[in-house]
Amino acid sequence: MINIPDTLKISLRAIRINKMRSGLTMLGIIIGVGSVIAMLAVGTGASEKIKTQLAGMGTNLLLVHPGSTTSGGLRMGMGSQPTLTKDDADAILREIPKVQDVAPVLSGAAQVVYGNQNWSTGVYGSTPGIFVVRDLMLIAGRSFTEQDVRSATKVAVLGQTVVTNLFGSANPVGQVIRIKKLPFTVIGVLAEKGQSMQGQDQDDIIYIPVTTAQKKIFGTAFPGMVRNIMVKVRNAHDLNAVENELNNLLRQRHRIGPREDNDFQVRNLTDMMQMAEQSARVMTLLLGAIASVSLLVGGIGIMNIMLVSVTERTREIGIRMAVGAKTWDIRLQFIIEALTLSLMGGIIGIVLGIAGATILSALAGWTTVVSPLSILLAFGFSALVGIFFGFYPAYKASLLNPIDALRYE
Amino acid sequence: MALIETKDLYKIYDVGESPVHALDGVSVGIEPGEFVAIMGPSGSGKSTFMNIIGCLDQPTRGQYFLGGIETGRLSRDDLAAIRNEKIGFVFQGFNLLPRTSAIENVELPMFYRSMPQGERQKKAEAALKRLGLAGREHHHPNQLSGGQQQRVAIARALVNDAPLILADEPTGNLDTKTSIEIMELMVRLNRDDHITIVLVTHEYDIAAFSRRIIHFLDGRIVSDEPNVPEPQIHEDRVTP
Repeated sequence: MINIPDTLKISLRAIRINKMRSGLTMLGIIIGVGSVIAMLAVGTGASEKIKTQLAGMGTNLLLVHPGSTTSGGLRMGMGSQPTLTKDDADAILREIPKVQDVAPVLSGAAQVVYGNQNWSTGVYGSTPGIFVVRDLMLIAGRSFTEQDVRSATKVAVLGQTVVTNLFGSANPVGQVIRIKKLPFTVIGVLAEKGQSMQGQDQDDIIYIPVTTAQKKIFGTAFPGMVRNIMVKVRNAHDLNAVENELNNLLRQRHRIGPREDNDFQVRNLTDMMQMAEQSARVMTLLLGAIASVSLLVGGIGIMNIMLVSVTERTREIGIRMAVGAKTWDIRLQFIIEALTLSLMGGIIGIVLGIAGATILSALAGWTTVVSPLSILLAFGFSALVGIFFGFYPAYKASLLNPIDALRYE
Repeated sequence: MALIETKDLYKIYDVGESPVHALDGVSVGIEPGEFVAIMGPSGSGKSTFMNIIGCLDQPTRGQYFLGGIETGRLSRDDLAAIRNEKIGFVFQGFNLLPRTSAIENVELPMFYRSMPQGERQKKAEAALKRLGLAGREHHHPNQLSGGQQQRVAIARALVNDAPLILADEPTGNLDTKTSIEIMELMVRLNRDDHITIVLVTHEYDIAAFSRRIIHFLDGRIVSDEPNVPEPQIHEDRVTP
């Protein structure tokens, strides 16, 4: 029959009586918990940022590049031969049902002029598929259509950076801009996408129909040639299957013999994403591990002080035993005391950790995310440390002969 | 039936090469209502004997019956309950909890028998008042004189209505005048409340207050005699 509320009162009093010591004990836990939470927030923030960037790139993407070719025993570099065509792209969409959409891309840099403003930007010739493949959102106007692609109309969809630089705050839709001196009608404006993983401005871009790009902007010797083909797969788990089918289809179309090398290359964007995420996770782990060291040091601090405190109060334990305290009365008193200390320290640490993360993101401009898991982790660990290191000395003391505890000097 | 009965108690410590017999076969009986002084030089085993009959320590061999119950068969927690309900301790060093008020020190035994706070407080207040400590309930031990501290300890010993008080050199840290006050208090507890008192001392003046004196030497009882005449009590000197 143990009186928990009164035992709690005794513990609280012991904490109050030794304010300085209790404060120092808590400080260890506060710093430990606080740094674990702040560090994990930085790590989680970084990986969240990568995730949003990846989502911005479009998901479930396969990228087909023209490959190296061998001519007369001489192997040429990657992309040295323009081997991919818009017809390849159409064939991929037609022949592989697991593909949701494709977008052949022919891109390059071009000078763009509107009125007295001019701007150098990336011009991407593609099909309407690009809006699906890259998850592009329009905030004004419309995207171009298959009809535009078929008749190679001179229409353009602008990214935010281009709009800002050419038009300022004016509405660009319906206006005519000049790309390499050719007039294009602006038919749509894209929503902002922000920076890519490599730090590129994904809004500094103009999309035009691929045929227009081929015939009028980047005239090439190979009609129908594109720089690469983006392929969006319906389901993530089909990515590898589609990669194989793509290989077979393109080998067939390019009439590549069984022992010849591919003249194209398929890259899995999701693989790259996963690698980037993996490295973010490693960073989180690393930061967490460093912070855990300080939590461990805080735990050792608690152990130290609880050991000192219990040893110092062996006589008190003896007195309590002499007047009838049972084994668990003694143990519970110290468990509650240690638990109160570590939980109070834990709560203050969580508050400071969240504050620290907020300050870091404000000062350094890092994305920080305080995950509930990290709070739970840090809190749980501090409670565990408190119980363990508080319990052990009390456990030892509770097994003393009352007279030995009473006579302890 | 004897309140305290020991049969052939031995307490042997293994120190160095030869074991030390702190108790070397002690058999004694103490009836309810007695006031016994245990005397002997230091190292004679009198304190060891007290600790064993107070259930604070265990004998190496032999049996100890308290109120007919053989304590050797009891668990730690059973012994704690016995200390709580049957025995009140008064120590030489007072053994009050430091930085804890007088009333909370007195409440401690009731706390461990899970008495509700209100009742605890009432009984503790009454006990302190009876020992002339009214108004000092919220003083901490370091704010009280030695005699006052020992009276707080006696209040703590009385508060659970234990039939037995064990006092180990209760006046050892007190001056003569205060010692006499404390001893007269003990005499009245024995005479008026019929509390059995066993007292350890090495001073004849203190032992003179008892009605039976047991002498210890080298872990054995060497004499066990009634003490006459009955000591005088100066009623006017003690605050009620």
